[in-house]
Amino acid sequence: MEKKFGVYICKGCGIGEAIDIEKLSNVATKDRKIPICKIHDIMCSPEGVQLIKEDIAKEGVNTITIAACSPRVKYDVFDFPSTITERVNIREFVAWMQEPNTEETQSLANDYLTMGIIRTQKGDLPEPNILDNLSNTILVIGGGITGMTAALEAANAGYNVVLVEKEPQLGGFVNKLYKKIPTGEFKEPLIVDTDIDKMIKEVESNPNIKVYKSAKVEKTDGQPGLYDVTISSNPPSPPFPKGGQGGINNSSPGSSETLKIGAIVLAAGWKPYDANKLQHLGYGRFKDVVTNIEFEEMAKRGKIVRPSDGKEVKKVAFIQCAGSRDPNHLPYCSSMCCVTSLKQARYVRQNPEATAMILYKDIRTPGRLEYYYKEAQNDAGVMLTKGDVTGVIDAGNGNLFVEMDNSLLGEKVKVETDLIVLAVGVVPATREPQEYLDGLTKAAAGGDDAKKAYIESTPKPEFILNLSYRQGPEIPSLEGAYGFADSNFICFQYETRRTGIYAAGCVRQPMNMAEAQEDAAGAAFKAIQCVDHVSRGIAVHPRTWDLTFPDPLLIKCTACKRCTEECPFGAIDEDEKGIPYYKINRCRRCGTCMGACPERIVSFKDYSVDIIGSMIKSIESEEDEFRIIALACENDAYPALDTAGINRRQIDPSVRIIPLRCLGGMNLVWVADALSKGIDGMLLLGCKFGENYQCHFVKGSELADYRFGKVGETLNRLQLEAERVQMMQVAISEYDKLPDMINEFVEKVKEIGPNPFKGF
Amino acid sequence: MAEKKTVLVIGGGFSGLTAAVEAAEAGFDAVIVEKNPYLGGRVAQHNKYFWKLCPPTCGLEMNFKRIKNNGNVRFYTLAEVEDIKGEEGNFDVAVKVNPRYVNDKCVGCDACAQACPSYRDNEFNFGMDKTKAAYLPFEQAFPFQYVIDEKSCAPDCKKPCLDACKYNAIDFNMKTETISIKAGAIVMATGWNLYDVSKADNLGFGVVKNVITNMMMERLSAPNGPTKGKIVRPSDGKEVKNIAFVQCAGSRDENHLPYCSYICCLASLKQTTYVREQYPDSKAQIFYIDLRTPGLYEHRFLWKVKDDTNVTLTKGKVAKITEDPETKDVIVEVEDIHAGGKIKATFDMVVLAAGMVPSTRDSRIAADIPLTEEGFVNAPTLKKGIYAVGTLKSPVDVARSAQDATGVVMKSIQSLKSQSLKRR
Repeated sequence: MEKKFGVYICKGCGIGEAIDIEKLSNVATKDRKIPICKIHDIMCSPEGVQLIKEDIAKEGVNTITIAACSPRVKYDVFDFPSTITERVNIREFVAWMQEPNTEETQSLANDYLTMGIIRTQKGDLPEPNILDNLSNTILVIGGGITGMTAALEAANAGYNVVLVEKEPQLGGFVNKLYKKIPTGEFKEPLIVDTDIDKMIKEVESNPNIKVYKSAKVEKTDGQPGLYDVTISSNPPSPPFPKGGQGGINNSSPGSSETLKIGAIVLAAGWKPYDANKLQHLGYGRFKDVVTNIEFEEMAKRGKIVRPSDGKEVKKVAFIQCAGSRDPNHLPYCSSMCCVTSLKQARYVRQNPEATAMILYKDIRTPGRLEYYYKEAQNDAGVMLTKGDVTGVIDAGNGNLFVEMDNSLLGEKVKVETDLIVLAVGVVPATREPQEYLDGLTKAAAGGDDAKKAYIESTPKPEFILNLSYRQGPEIPSLEGAYGFADSNFICFQYETRRTGIYAAGCVRQPMNMAEAQEDAAGAAFKAIQCVDHVSRGIAVHPRTWDLTFPDPLLIKCTACKRCTEECPFGAIDEDEKGIPYYKINRCRRCGTCMGACPERIVSFKDYSVDIIGSMIKSIESEEDEFRIIALACENDAYPALDTAGINRRQIDPSVRIIPLRCLGGMNLVWVADALSKGIDGMLLLGCKFGENYQCHFVKGSELADYRFGKVGETLNRLQLEAERVQMMQVAISEYDKLPDMINEFVEKVKEIGPNPFKGF
Repeated sequence: MAEKKTVLVIGGGFSGLTAAVEAAEAGFDAVIVEKNPYLGGRVAQHNKYFWKLCPPTCGLEMNFKRIKNNGNVRFYTLAEVEDIKGEEGNFDVAVKVNPRYVNDKCVGCDACAQACPSYRDNEFNFGMDKTKAAYLPFEQAFPFQYVIDEKSCAPDCKKPCLDACKYNAIDFNMKTETISIKAGAIVMATGWNLYDVSKADNLGFGVVKNVITNMMMERLSAPNGPTKGKIVRPSDGKEVKNIAFVQCAGSRDENHLPYCSYICCLASLKQTTYVREQYPDSKAQIFYIDLRTPGLYEHRFLWKVKDDTNVTLTKGKVAKITEDPETKDVIVEVEDIHAGGKIKATFDMVVLAAGMVPSTRDSRIAADIPLTEEGFVNAPTLKKGIYAVGTLKSPVDVARSAQDATGVVMKSIQSLKSQSLKRR
């Protein structure tokens, strides 16, 4: 596209009263030689917009800089398709934030306009990168209730589905259940059939779903839209039911097949917590201590009897939180065990002579599940007692005692029972592989020998995804999530750290069956949305509009591997020489690789080291002028700064704010560029990092902080004080504190004194 | 044939926004009908989320940005659904759009509010302060557009706002309009209201001045709240150094809300951190029946709060709350479930952890929406092509609402697709 430039300056909202507009327009016409520069009293008015539209139509203007309000507002009126449009925020950041008509205010506006124009000069319109031969088949890993639901949801939306289950039959844990709790009203009947057979039949007969049983994913190669997934099956295979795509795979025993896949739902499920670790609760020591799963199986087989002597049970005690909510075992609540025990108490009560006693820390039946708890309270044969279970001992008469502290029955009590059910919790299937891989990473840090020793000494658990990603074969572990493949975000449950792979059910968070089915629908939806975006060359969440993509100039690559190591989404693989190989459909367009690259070779059409660097270099910093640059995360810090402007809070006029897609895109060369040119200080405004991080590109601000740690070297080389550069963690809600934080920093830098490089 | 591709989303809170944005990003058209003058619903009123203690405006901003960058989402504010006609694939929805008296030319400059002589109770802050009759709901409101609450205009007002506005953005001739929207599927996401705790007269709300609700506490702690985030008590503006939280205020109670409202335990635990962070010498006590922090919250949140020795968690049912007439301190009488006997303690302020009431209980969107006894949407019996999200079905938190909204979009696009196939 041959660029035809136009600059449009608004005088409204106090801009005209705060800035000399004539001088500002000279920045465009004289300094930057922009042929068309128009001024309007209210640029967002129909007349103002018309002015721009006419220039587009008659003058062929296609590269537009609008100096007016923040890009967060009036986005709909300043919308000119097929143009490069840059919004320069001289309302919130200048007119509303600064003293009117001072030299400093004028200079601030001039600099913002200059930087905006440079952006349009250096940037280009994006052209989507749409890869060939894309598949929109959804792979669902795990054939339990979550996986089957996800498969049916995607199939019902018209997509082909491949469902892989490791067991010889579908159904997962539900197969083991005797009954389930009713959904809806939680009233009589209090236990109902699971109907899992019906669901299995529905899945297996769905023409859009191809089922692999006794199968596992051997390898997941590629990227969204272009995964090559190798599935090995070892089935005693039933005959193929009918023609068509769907049905049960009839491959011969021990076969493997590679399929084209678009996106993946990870529904690998959970395991019950290993009760052998709960010796203090009697498991393994007494035959009559069983887990809730074993109790289900017992109920399903028929009569509930004691394993030790086959006697019909009369008094069953359920010990809640067996392992859960315990720092020595599972430090989380497994969510489903309270309701499960309330349900299993019903199994006991099918014999009117028998009683059930539930020993709990807190009964957790949130929402309308409370009714299910109430039903139990209304049954005299179900006793509910709060207390801390301390141990299980032999009662001497063939029965057992549960010992409790702090119970409502008294300080130290013993409860006699003839069967104990441990309400064991949920361990996600992802935990073991994650722990193994984390251990491997740790060992590898100690050298090749340590790594070798680890591999030899540690049993390798079964992997689930077997990704052939440079950053590892599974979804990376999340701090504080104990192996769950959760997103870490409250607002965005499916903000996955591996693009195109959406976790659902108990692999993501502890949840009950109804919740898992909701979750399955959501994850399946994100999977089909992902294949749709990939087919249009658009990023997936959060930059769901972005057609740009990183385009590295590999000829200059030194194979330092920083980009491949730092990419938060594992989007970049390497060849044998260590040269990065971008799997573009995994990329989320955050620009972390751009920030990581010491050779500055990673660029997007409208975002590059050169673009931001040129903007920074355009800021004049004469002897008597004090200048600070603030690189600000566009999602949190920028709106916070905008809001400070809306509240008419002043930020020192020496500060120039430059938004970044994510602070992870911060390239150290900018710091060197700025400070060697006489800029007095630099601020890096990123999101909170560490446990409970708030960065939506996982590690952007953390990586910026890591790079910031190296700023010292740069500053040392320039013989400048380290305090001239500071990193701040800011949330969008901190708009009230942010101006003071920034002004304090400015004062601090002013105390250090002007940058001696000024004027060089 | 556009309606075959359109999902109408009733309610622009977090569930509705999620449903609309997700559908739009899958290539469908979405229309949001929101009764407030802004999008974001309850979430916008929250200071922080449990368990992360991160600001809800972060997620809102991201969703607003998605709307700004996706032409497939349209929205109406100050709008309410009056009637739903038709069936799956072909709904005809009558929407009443109330006048904003401020048009799209508004730039958000604040001149009208500065000129405005009239005040109104600020319902965004639960009446704890006032705004001008011409106002912006809050600084990060989307759309960033002022509103005039004409009912609050002084009767003899000469309308100085009209002169103050240089942008021709104020228009008192705006009238209530009823528009018709055609849609293939409908997502109900009208959310929840706080239970009116004054109905539990033993808890003193409305009588004892320094008893507030949990939602009021959110506003009181928020930097854009009535006290700019300073936690002080209503009677005299005194700093709150000794605070109690009363759980199940209305919830799990046959006389009020028979169900558990799910969010209140976590909300109170979170709110102890607001006070403890602001006043390092403060004390907080929570009176609860069961502490319900299901899922991964336990170690990430409950234990962290428990580790603070200035926070006390007491299993006990609050029997009575009264006021010390002289000091205006709040006297709480509690049946101590564990130790037995009664506790009587005095606090600077008390927060009632009030429960959730589905919005459908008091205002039925349209005549034939099946409800349960408590006013929740009876989802399995909904007409085909209509889906309900999140708190309309059972009390849930934001995470579950967002999860459910995404799942419900799946159902609605299945519905749209099956209908367009039928018509082909």
